[in-house]
Amino acid sequence: LKICVLVKEVPDAAVEKRINPATGRMDRGGERNLNPYDTHAIEAAMQVREGGVVEVDEIVAVTMGPETSVRALHKAVSLGADRSVHLSDDALAGSDVAATGYALAKVLERESPDLVLLGQQSDDGECYTIGAVVADHLKMPSLTQVIKMDVTEGKLRCERQAEYGYDTVEIELPAVISVGDAINEPRYPSLKAIMGAKKKPLDAVGVGDVGIDGTMVGEAGSKVICGEFKPPPQKAAGEIIEDEDTNETVQKIVAWLDERKLLA
Amino acid sequence: MSGILVFALHYEGAYNKNSLGGVSEAAKLAGELGAEAHAVVVGDVSDELAAQLGNHGVTKVFRAKDVPEGLAQPVVDVMAKVMDDNGHDYALFGGGLLGFEIGAGLAARLNAGVTMEVTKVNVVDGKLEAERPIHGDSSISTSKYKDRGIIIGRLNAFETAPPSDASAEVEDVDVELSPFSTKATMVQRGEARGEDIDIEGADILVAGGRGLGKPEGFELCEELAEALGGAVAATRAVVDAGWYPYSTQIGQTGKTVSPKLYLAAGISGAIQHKVGFQSSENIVAINKDSNAPIFEYSDLGIVGDLNKILPKLTQAVKAKKG
Repeated sequence: LKICVLVKEVPDAAVEKRINPATGRMDRGGERNLNPYDTHAIEAAMQVREGGVVEVDEIVAVTMGPETSVRALHKAVSLGADRSVHLSDDALAGSDVAATGYALAKVLERESPDLVLLGQQSDDGECYTIGAVVADHLKMPSLTQVIKMDVTEGKLRCERQAEYGYDTVEIELPAVISVGDAINEPRYPSLKAIMGAKKKPLDAVGVGDVGIDGTMVGEAGSKVICGEFKPPPQKAAGEIIEDEDTNETVQKIVAWLDERKLLA
Repeated sequence: MSGILVFALHYEGAYNKNSLGGVSEAAKLAGELGAEAHAVVVGDVSDELAAQLGNHGVTKVFRAKDVPEGLAQPVVDVMAKVMDDNGHDYALFGGGLLGFEIGAGLAARLNAGVTMEVTKVNVVDGKLEAERPIHGDSSISTSKYKDRGIIIGRLNAFETAPPSDASAEVEDVDVELSPFSTKATMVQRGEARGEDIDIEGADILVAGGRGLGKPEGFELCEELAEALGGAVAATRAVVDAGWYPYSTQIGQTGKTVSPKLYLAAGISGAIQHKVGFQSSENIVAINKDSNAPIFEYSDLGIVGDLNKILPKLTQAVKAKKG
C-alpha cells in the first residue's frame, strides 16, 4: 500500500498570532509551519503502517507552495513520511481552491497512491474542500472529516459525524480521505528524526514535470476572482479580565452577570 | 438563462433547515436575476415532499430516485448532469458538511469557481457575487465568477423564507453514476452517540471544549450550569473524542442556539463552533490562552485556569442566588 499525505504550510498560530496595533486586526504574517491538522493525517498514515493489517510500502508527503513550504515537508518527514514531493512554480501563484486541487491531483496521479490522506481543514482559513476537488480529478471515492478509519485489504471502514449523527461508510481503495483531528493524537518527532528529515529524498517538481495544463492554474486559470476586501460589521470589543486573584475575578464575573440580570 | 440549482438535503421525511435556507436564498436571488431557481433531491423522496420545495420558491425539483443518500459524490454526478442539461449558471448550498463536499466536487467536475463559508450573496450587473469572511472573520472578501459559480453557505447564513402555498413541478432524472461514486457505501447513517439531551430551550448554556483537559472536566461545567439554572453544551472536538453526548454539540453538524448567556469554558472558538452560538445575547469565555479567537468576539473574557475559576464561580453564583 502506498500512502500520499497532502500537507500545507500555514502561519504558526501559536507563535505569531497577534493583533496588528495599526489596523486592530489579526496579524498573520511571520513564522510559518506545518498545518496542525495535517499532523493528524501523517499520524493516521503511520498508524496504518504500524497497525500490521496491511503492508505499507511508502508514505510520501506532498505539498504545493513557495520555497518556504519545504519546512512543512521536513516536518512531515520528521513525523514519519519516507520522502516528499514539492510542487512549486511561478505559474501556480494565485491559484484558487479548484486550481490548487487540480494541480495537486496531477502530482498525485504521477505517484499513483492507494490512499491519499489530508487534514480536515487548513488552519489559515482556506478550503476544507480540497480533498473533494482532488478526488474528483483522480476519479477516486472520497470522504471528509473522518474520525475513525480501519483498513483492510482493498477497503476502508470510516466513521464521521455528518448532519444527522455519526455515519459509518465503507470505501474501496484507492481513495481520498480527509481526517478530523479527533482521529488520533499525533506523536512528537524525535530529535533524531528532526535532524534526519533534511536528508530524506525531496523531489522538487514544476508545472511541466507533472503534466499540469498551464491554462488551468494560476490567477488566469482560476475561475474565481477574489477581491474587494472590506472589514466586517464592527462589534464593540468585550471586556477582558486576566485572572490573578481568582476570588476577585469570580466576584467580577458575578457582578457582570448580575448587572445583566442573568442570576435572577 | 442564468438559473440557480440548489441541493436540498432531507432525512426521515424532512428537509434540513440549512437546505431550506439555501432554497429560499436561491429563489430570492433568481428573482433578482430574472431567472428561476430549481432544486435537486436524491433518494427516497415522495412526490409530495419534493413538490413542497415550491413553498420556498423553487419552480422545479429534479429528483434522482435511485441515488444513495448521505454521500456527496453521487450527488455531484446528478447536479453536474442537471446543470449541463438545463444550463444553470450557479449552484448554491446551505451550510453543512455535505454541501461542502458536493460543491467542491462539482467545481472540479464543471471547472467552475467555488466559494465556501459564504455569508451573503449579492446580484451585481446580472451576476452573483459572494461575500466570504476570511482570516478568522477579520476581513470580508468578495468572489466573482468568470464562468459558472458554486456558492456554499456558512451554517445559518441563509434564512428560510416563510412558506407560501406554491408547489414545484417534479421531474425525475436518470443519472448514470460515475464508477468511483459507487465505491463508497453507507453502512450506518445518523447514529446518535450518547444520551439525548435537550439543550435548545435553555436560557443559559455552559459549554465545554478541549481545554477542560479530560472528560471529567465536564463535571465542573455541570455544577456551574446547575447553579446558574442552565444546561451543558459541548464542542465537536470533545464530542468526537467521546467526552460528551452528540446531542449537546454546538456548531457545524451540531445544534444552533441563541441563549441569554453562553459561557464557554476551555473553548478556543473556531469558526465551526462560533457559527452555532454567535447570536447568543451574552458570551462569556474562560480560556488560559489569551490568543484564543473566542476573545475576539466574547462580551466578557477571562484569561485564566478554568480548573481554578469554575469551582469558585459555582460557589459564588450559589451564594449570590441564595
